[in-house]
Amino acid sequence: MSAVVSTSTTEAVWYMIRATGIVALVLLTVTTVLGLLSASRARTRRWPAFAQVDLHKRATLLALVFLVLHVAGAVMDTYVHVGVVSVLVPFTSSYQPLWTGLGAVAVDLLAAVAISSALRQRIAPDLWRRLHWLAYGCWPFAMAHALGTGTDAPRLWMDAIAAACTVAVVCALTWRIGYHRTTAAEAERLGASTRAVPVRHRPTATAPRRGAPGTPGTGRRAAATPGGSTGVPRTTTQLLERHHR
Amino acid sequence: MTATAMHPTERLLHHGPGGPADPGLAGHLDRHGPLTVPARRDAAWSEALLAEVAASGLTGRGGGGFPAAAKWEAVGRSGRRPVVVVNAMEGEPASAKDRALLAWSPHLVLDGAELVAALAGARSVVVCVADDRDASAPAVRVAVAERTAAGSAREVTVRRPPARYVTGEESALVHWLERGDARPVLRVDKSVPLRLGRRPVLVHNAETLAQVALVARHGAAWFRGTGTVGAPGSTLVTVSGAVATPGVVEVALGTPVEELVRRCAPTGPPAAYLVGGYGGAWLSVDQGATPLEPAALARAGAALGVGIVVALGADSCGIAETARIARWMAGESAGQCGPCVYGLPALADDLELLAGGRADPGAIGRIDERARSVVGRGACRHPDGVARMVRSALAVFAGDAAAHAAGRPCPHRQAPSVLPFPAAPALAGVAS
Amino acid sequence: MSTRTAVALRVRVDPVACEAYGYCAELLPERVTLDEWGYPVVDRAPVGADLVELATRAAAECPRRAFLLEEAGRTS
Repeated sequence: MSAVVSTSTTEAVWYMIRATGIVALVLLTVTTVLGLLSASRARTRRWPAFAQVDLHKRATLLALVFLVLHVAGAVMDTYVHVGVVSVLVPFTSSYQPLWTGLGAVAVDLLAAVAISSALRQRIAPDLWRRLHWLAYGCWPFAMAHALGTGTDAPRLWMDAIAAACTVAVVCALTWRIGYHRTTAAEAERLGASTRAVPVRHRPTATAPRRGAPGTPGTGRRAAATPGGSTGVPRTTTQLLERHHR
Repeated sequence: MTATAMHPTERLLHHGPGGPADPGLAGHLDRHGPLTVPARRDAAWSEALLAEVAASGLTGRGGGGFPAAAKWEAVGRSGRRPVVVVNAMEGEPASAKDRALLAWSPHLVLDGAELVAALAGARSVVVCVADDRDASAPAVRVAVAERTAAGSAREVTVRRPPARYVTGEESALVHWLERGDARPVLRVDKSVPLRLGRRPVLVHNAETLAQVALVARHGAAWFRGTGTVGAPGSTLVTVSGAVATPGVVEVALGTPVEELVRRCAPTGPPAAYLVGGYGGAWLSVDQGATPLEPAALARAGAALGVGIVVALGADSCGIAETARIARWMAGESAGQCGPCVYGLPALADDLELLAGGRADPGAIGRIDERARSVVGRGACRHPDGVARMVRSALAVFAGDAAAHAAGRPCPHRQAPSVLPFPAAPALAGVAS
Repeated sequence: MSTRTAVALRVRVDPVACEAYGYCAELLPERVTLDEWGYPVVDRAPVGADLVELATRAAAECPRRAFLLEEAGRTS
């Protein structure tokens, strides 16, 4: 009697773990794509950047909700032995340590990003930005975890979801890299430490620059002065000549 | 030599019969007389000096033009021991006055630095000379050694920041001294002094300090003995361009611009004047009688800047020269602010096309529009200066600009430039 | 009855921090337009009560914290 009840409860929890996991993965995909697009200044009249960022934040929040349910299910479940510690410390689970561990890595990264974003107004903008780079790691680890912990049940629909997510992220990533290349090349050429949006008016070739004044070694080469640079100049005309040729 | 015997326009730089007078300490004391600076903080003496300099009406000679004494009051309120920085960077290629001062009258500059240090209670003085000025740094060091040998206990160090146009800007200089990063810092409130660590910094142009040294010796009334009522004193101006003997001249403020050029033997009747530097403004030949002093220059759309006048001959193309300046100035951007680092090269592009007669009909309007749009949108006044220079060029060379835009560029655009530009650096990619 | 003078607020951009994200121009087009390179051109007119909320949000959204809402009179 109790064996039948516990089996069906275990199965229910098992399905819940998988379902919430898949939803969390899809939401994570959505938020990753939105993050990549808004960083690439990919905006239209109908979809301004601030709206993309807003959706990005909400999708992350929703993903976190499903992630919490997913993790809670995994901890509660009696069939898989995943302790609370193993959720946060990677590769310490007794059940599928590798694949569960990858999930734990994704959780850690996501937690760092989410907490720093919640505290964004209180921390230095540079610190927030650097921590946010960890977000690039969330999706790959989550996807690897999802593929690795798959059960023996037929997975065609799961494969379809995984493929769709991967395509979306790869496309967005390509867009992001393209944006970076265009603007970085432009900024490099002009010695800028700030990047403009993709240039509409393309300047003609200019002389190569030698870097911003902040970088060491970017002073002008000492002008070679014929006959050495000692001695007091006799006229101020000599001062001008000496320096400029 | 007594104060009155000094020629009114031979206060800072002195010429002997065969060349410059002896720049050493002995010659300096001979010409200007001794100077007593209290070793310890002396409130009464400081008050007196501050009052004297304020009464003299001395304004900064580094381009800002603010009353010299104003900075001292701001620093005095901060309570910490300040640092005095002598700004001899002279990033404007067309200027040689600070070099001249350091070569011929280094002790005047150091006197001024010492006076300001004593007044503000500073212990150390830092002299900043650009790293491509091979002659100025040793000259300063020799002068410092002479003073130390004569008993001066003031700590004077010479630093060599990278030779770039913006490094001479006050906040960039202090930023480099503090962090090795020679880029300007946004200053929301200019009355709050810059800081090196926790110490407030007093940055003064070399010529300003030399003038302070003279006021301390001879008094405010003497200082006002030349120049105009609104702009008293003498100033050093570098005259170059289409002249046979370019160089640094010391003149009374208020001297007409064309008079300055006349002193340096122009090679022909000038067609235009560039006043104030590459971030200054062009004046037409009809404006040549404009007195070289802030108010009159402002009315003519220009500014004194760091005392620069470049004469343009009739055999030069104003548009081509403006394009060259714009291109060089675009390359000197610190690269921090979008409007400057992207806007200035775009201006230079259009100006080069205009100079070559290959510009589209809307180019002039676009140049003017872009120049106006970069003003006030950077952390420093670099784009503002370029914008003013470019817009004044469109006004002064309006006829030429129209002809160039109509596809009829003048043949003079191929003429070699009369403007001084620093020797080109090694190309990027070559280790320096 | 005392009259309370409201403190005038204005928006300002820190040009060194700005990286041309453009959220400020999207959220507050009444005060911010973008130049051809995506950098903001700011109108220094005071921000009235009707725009304060949007201006505050724009200042919070800027990823580089380059868009600032401050009391007029603090800066020139």
